[in-house]
Amino acid sequence: MFDNLSLFVSTISRGLLLTVEATVGGILIATVLSFVFGLAMLSRSRTVRLVARIYVEIWRGTSEVVQLLWIYFVLPVLIGYRIVPLVAGIVVLGLNFGAYGAEIVRGAVQSVPKAQYEGAIALNLTPAQRMRRVILPQALVEMVPPFNNLFIQLLKGSALLTMITVHEMTYQAREVLIDRNIDQAWLIWTLVLLFYLVLAILITIGMRLLERWAARLVGRKPDERSIFSRRKKPVLAETVSAGGGPL
Amino acid sequence: MIRFEDVAKRFGDHVVLDGLNFTVAPGEFVTLIGPSGSGKTTILRLLMTLEQVTSGTIHVDGECLTHVRRGDRLVPADEKHQQQVRKRIGMVFQQFNLFPNMKVLQNLTEAPIRSLGLSRAEAEARAHELLDLVGLSDKVHAHPTQLSGGQQQRVAIARALAMRPDVLLLDEVTSALDPELVAGVLRLLKDIAETTEITFLCVTHEMGFARDVSDRVLMFDHGHIVEDASPDKLFSEPDHERTREFLSAVLERG
Amino acid sequence: MIWDWDYFWEALPIVVGDGLWITFQVTLLGSIVAYLLGMVLALLRRSRIRVVSTVTWAFIEFIRSTPLLVQLFFLFFVFPDFGLKFGPVTTGVIALGLHYSTYAAEVYRAGIEAVPVGQWEAATALSLPRARTWRAVILPQAIPRVLPALGNYTISMVKETPLLLTIGVTDIAGAAFQEASSTYRYVEPITIAGLLFLVLSYSASLLVRWLERRVGTLH
Ligand SMILES: Nc1ncnc2c1ncn2[C@@H]1O[C@H](COP(=O)(O)OP(=O)(O)OP(=O)(O)O)[C@@H](O)[C@H]1O
Ligand SMILES: [Mg+2]
Repeated sequence: MFDNLSLFVSTISRGLLLTVEATVGGILIATVLSFVFGLAMLSRSRTVRLVARIYVEIWRGTSEVVQLLWIYFVLPVLIGYRIVPLVAGIVVLGLNFGAYGAEIVRGAVQSVPKAQYEGAIALNLTPAQRMRRVILPQALVEMVPPFNNLFIQLLKGSALLTMITVHEMTYQAREVLIDRNIDQAWLIWTLVLLFYLVLAILITIGMRLLERWAARLVGRKPDERSIFSRRKKPVLAETVSAGGGPL
Repeated sequence: MIRFEDVAKRFGDHVVLDGLNFTVAPGEFVTLIGPSGSGKTTILRLLMTLEQVTSGTIHVDGECLTHVRRGDRLVPADEKHQQQVRKRIGMVFQQFNLFPNMKVLQNLTEAPIRSLGLSRAEAEARAHELLDLVGLSDKVHAHPTQLSGGQQQRVAIARALAMRPDVLLLDEVTSALDPELVAGVLRLLKDIAETTEITFLCVTHEMGFARDVSDRVLMFDHGHIVEDASPDKLFSEPDHERTREFLSAVLERG
Repeated sequence: MIWDWDYFWEALPIVVGDGLWITFQVTLLGSIVAYLLGMVLALLRRSRIRVVSTVTWAFIEFIRSTPLLVQLFFLFFVFPDFGLKFGPVTTGVIALGLHYSTYAAEVYRAGIEAVPVGQWEAATALSLPRARTWRAVILPQAIPRVLPALGNYTISMVKETPLLLTIGVTDIAGAAFQEASSTYRYVEPITIAGLLFLVLSYSASLLVRWLERRVGTLH
């Protein structure tokens, strides 16, 4: 029954690099966009806030699949040339999850006590210094756990890149393996799921280390959770917006 | 040094201050007392630009804090102008407001470096000196969270002094402290008041301290100055019934 | 001309007509499965039997950490091995329901934990049987307050129904893609699909916000 195991594993592994590239690329773009638009939503300028809000609502309010189809099939018509599937996929992942991340950043910044702003004003720091030196370092601790969840969502979202022919893990299983080994479908898909599980655990470990570092930064004792366990966000207190979302 | 002219402050419909006038001379130690909600904190926050006046003007050392002249009109001051004027003002908060993401030393050097443009070496030398003054030389590399309330407040005082302010605002700086830590902090403040030229504006419920260090005491009620007198006069033979009531209520409780 | 309004108006009713109902149906049925199964998982998670709660925990974490698309393929290709001849819509509903039940379980857990300990103690003091405590005291307090959070997951589910086009279900996105492929004109139909999702999720979010005001949220 397990004759083909090594074939399956090696074929799926061939997609591993692309899955990792898509995920890491998506995470990088999403993180940058999260901070840019999260802070923009707190800007004093109405226009800046509005632009950020529109970005967030559009990318959270439409489906990731539709976004992929749009960038892969529609955008080329509009701009006249086709984008490399992997790049298109990374861009969609970044833009989509950046919109969710922007809400995380906004929320975390707003959760820093007002007294900290006032302390910074009393020391005559400029608005930029206040944000950069006092508020953001403290907000960081609050951001890490929800970003952990977000990045795992992003990893899961990378499987959709199979729909625009990125040869990542899901593609390998669906397009290369399954037709010739249909009787062992359960094994193939279980392996794929395990690959994703391992990647998700790696993300969690990385984020737990980051969280400990950030907690030390603000002089908090890192809590006693094991390095593998994700902190569940307070699911009931989440803010609703067109996005909603399992973050 | 400080001049309030016709200052009014409203929060929505709620009038906190209305037509408030008073001045504080350079080097003077002025204490504000009065019942809860009478507007004492609001006055300090207006000076620190944590709140904006509804109308009226505030001058600090001859410079207008609240407004700038544009053409022949006075317009509300922008952030830049306020930064310029509030450089001279420092504030110590009831809840300390130390930055938890910085160790004690950096809490003291951050603003002098970023805002006054001191070199790191200068800022650190000044910080060590001040920590010495407040008796916490051994806590240079501690995190604020590792300090007791009294220690945190002394760091906060040092942090405010590191900016070399001309004016220091103190808002109930001992109210959040355990009783046995209060005396140490008050003694420190008294020392500073007696050995520097700093102008103090202080809100406190520690009447003994107020009597001891103040040059003048202002009794507030509903945003108005009820009585403005020397501490000896105000505490032993106040002119106003309202002051007497307030003092006896406070002293009974204390 | 890249954008053709005539074609836009021509394609709109086709996309809506072919896809909206399926999207609605899948979301509704998927939500029902998720909410019910999620409750079961939440209760199993709280089981006093160590093995049961640990296995439930592992199952929830596993499902939450792996892609819905792969889970969908798993069910789609493996069901027939067990002689289960489900159509693609049914398979899709089960996959969505299963995936989101693990999120719903977390929501219920938080809702249950937010019921004050005093309520349990009062029930004990009144010697209410355990089952009765759950049914009459705890759940009636927990459920209204978890509705907004569950609603949010339903909104997410709406946006994930297009996954089913990989197994041949024509929801809004599927219908748009079909229309586009048959005319080789992609711009309008796929944009229409995007706009429809925006409208759907925005109006659904208004509904959830209304619900939130009605029942309040927990912190
Ligand atoms: N941000 C605000 N919004 C609305 N009302 C406010 C605000 N800040 C202060 N107030 C109101 O202004 C009034 C004066 O407040 P203030 O804090 O200045 O009083 P206080 O004299 O310092 O009192 P306490 O002794 O209790 O500290 C109070 O009635 C308070 O409710
Ligand atoms: Mg006060």
